[in-house]
Amino acid sequence: MSNLKLIIKREFIARVRNKTFVVMTFLSPLIVVAMASLVIWLATLNNDEARKIAFFDETGLFVSDFKDTDTIDYIDYSKLPLNDAKDSVVIKKMYGLLYIPNKNTNKELASAIQFYAEEAPNISVLNALEDVMTSRLTHQNYRDKGLDLEMIENSKANVNIQIENFSGEKTSKMSSYIKMIFGGAAGYFLMMFIIIYGNMVMRSVIEEKSNRIIEIIISSVKPMQLMMGKILGTSFAGIFQFFIWVILGGVLLTVATSVFGLDQPQITGVDQSLILEEGSQEEIKLLFQDILKLPLGTLVLSFFIYFVGGYFLYSSIYAAIGAAVDNETDSQQFMLPIILPLVLAIYVGFFSVIENPHGTVSTIFSMIPLTSPIVMLMRIPFGVPWWEVVISMVLLIASIVFLIWLAGRIYRVGILMYGKKPTYREILKWMKY
Amino acid sequence: MTNLLEVKQVSKQFGNFTALQDVSIEVPKGSIFGLLGPNGAGKTTLIRIVNQITMPDAGSVYLDNEPLNPQHVRDIGYLPEERGLYKTMKVGEQALYLAQLKGLSKTEAKERLKYWFDKFDISHWWNKKIQELSKGMAQKVQFIVTVLHKPKLLIFDEPFSGFDPISANVIKDEILQLRNDGATVIFSTHRMESVEELCDRIALINKSKKILEGRVSDIKRAYKSNTFEVGLLTQDNAGIYTTIQNKFEVAPADFKAIDDQLKMKITLDKDASPNELLQYLSNTGQVVRFNEVIPGINEIFIKSVEEHE
Repeated sequence: MSNLKLIIKREFIARVRNKTFVVMTFLSPLIVVAMASLVIWLATLNNDEARKIAFFDETGLFVSDFKDTDTIDYIDYSKLPLNDAKDSVVIKKMYGLLYIPNKNTNKELASAIQFYAEEAPNISVLNALEDVMTSRLTHQNYRDKGLDLEMIENSKANVNIQIENFSGEKTSKMSSYIKMIFGGAAGYFLMMFIIIYGNMVMRSVIEEKSNRIIEIIISSVKPMQLMMGKILGTSFAGIFQFFIWVILGGVLLTVATSVFGLDQPQITGVDQSLILEEGSQEEIKLLFQDILKLPLGTLVLSFFIYFVGGYFLYSSIYAAIGAAVDNETDSQQFMLPIILPLVLAIYVGFFSVIENPHGTVSTIFSMIPLTSPIVMLMRIPFGVPWWEVVISMVLLIASIVFLIWLAGRIYRVGILMYGKKPTYREILKWMKY
Repeated sequence: MTNLLEVKQVSKQFGNFTALQDVSIEVPKGSIFGLLGPNGAGKTTLIRIVNQITMPDAGSVYLDNEPLNPQHVRDIGYLPEERGLYKTMKVGEQALYLAQLKGLSKTEAKERLKYWFDKFDISHWWNKKIQELSKGMAQKVQFIVTVLHKPKLLIFDEPFSGFDPISANVIKDEILQLRNDGATVIFSTHRMESVEELCDRIALINKSKKILEGRVSDIKRAYKSNTFEVGLLTQDNAGIYTTIQNKFEVAPADFKAIDDQLKMKITLDKDASPNELLQYLSNTGQVVRFNEVIPGINEIFIKSVEEHE
């Protein structure tokens, strides 16, 4: 067996046998499920709690409009003196008091309504209140001006633009969201993978260095071989873990559906009702067509290439950092070149790409090698011209080759240096040795 | 005798720091060679160049008359000064791994490991982790891994540090046995006295330069000053001392002795024979001690450093 294969095998086994790895492999799906349930549960908990809002309506206009909803319970304090009403709201710890004074005109009234509360009220609550009163006052205005309400209602039009591309295929408006979710999930997942497995590569380098076994190994293998073996072996461990999760997820889902009797129709039923709020039956059909129409082949292939490319790019930096320092604490000062582009890429992805997938910012960042894996992954579902992808990939591969070469030079010198906390300047010097 | 290793005018620079400057050494086949010098002299850099861990800036290295090439890695066994093993890997597994990295097949490596583990009576360590073993125990495993692939050239950097005296002797005997079986051995150490009796040839390195190289006996001959340590029983120590002082170059000496004797160091001219001195002394008193002062490696080192500066 060649040395590279031997190293990859050892690294893989060392990672996989590690207790933390075993525990995390089997525990994290459970943690994810538990977290998701917790979030959902907390969300429902929050919604259950209807806010009590008292109102003091001097005009008597809105009394019939304030009907209790899921989120707001209305209490009529119009009969009390205003000060008593205020005190009562404070004592009973209600959400707030809505004060509607008597004014001569609707126009004056519209800007005279006040809300008293201990804390600044929730925007959505305010919106709900404003909606109720706006609609009442509008109706009132129509009537004052002698307009027939029914005629107005009947004359309202509802424009719903149908989206269709030039070859005549219809798409749903939801498709942007779908693309966003696909791209966002891929980009985020890549970032997590880089951080978790890049750190493993770094720790493994530091371990060999602090053990001094590096001194023994280095007389048998080339530093570059050792570094590449580490990066590859660790990435195989990561892929292996991912496979276990996929299988585990499948099993969990099957078990969950059979145990809780959540059979397929019900689940789709839930989905449908959710989507129904957004659009019509037609929309749903288009939505599913959209998912199928996403360039799944291209998506999977480019996901693979950017995933592997991004991982190699960053883990070679991690390996170089590991070689430069004596222990993990010292590695902190060199983390900036890794964390900064990763965070930048995620921000560009979640702000620029979603806003405008083909804008200048998105395009430029999907070309720069350190950010391109994440940003391009998020752009691809929106359809990127093939030549842009090619340029971005060529740049990425070229910089991987360059960075691995550079990291190899740092690694080569760093693994045999002990006891000194190196500076960036010193590391620059090592590249010339 | 042909040379197994020839280092020719090797220089190495790390930034502004000169690690080696024009260093040449010749290591004859089947010999034990001592690479001696204080800490930081450049020994480890030289060894790393021979192991192709570091590339020289200038100069060349020949192993068995061939310029050093990547295949040679398998002909060399290297026990580094700073040595360790994977803490959480089992002893047997990592010995196998390291042996395979040196090009042995798995079955071959297993066979040879079994032989050595039996020899050192450590077979029961196979499934233990290094963190369960003591430092000395781990060193035995490292020694085995160094010699397992039967290299032509064995390089030991500070080999006896970390061993207790008994284990150090076991290892010393094994190294001598390997030499008798045809291997060539290089010892590198700053504790010069510890290996001088083992070495056939030595080279002294100081501050990146080689200051001395040759057969141990030749070097000692070159540095001896024809000085003799003498213990003489007389009636009148002080008087006799003055008399001798007039005839020879004498200095007082200090050594352990049972009775009150006249202790001194007498240095003769370069070509003078000690026989005449002995004859003279035996006429003067009873000679109880008469031996030539042979300089130790440390003294030679200090002297030659002074000569070079």
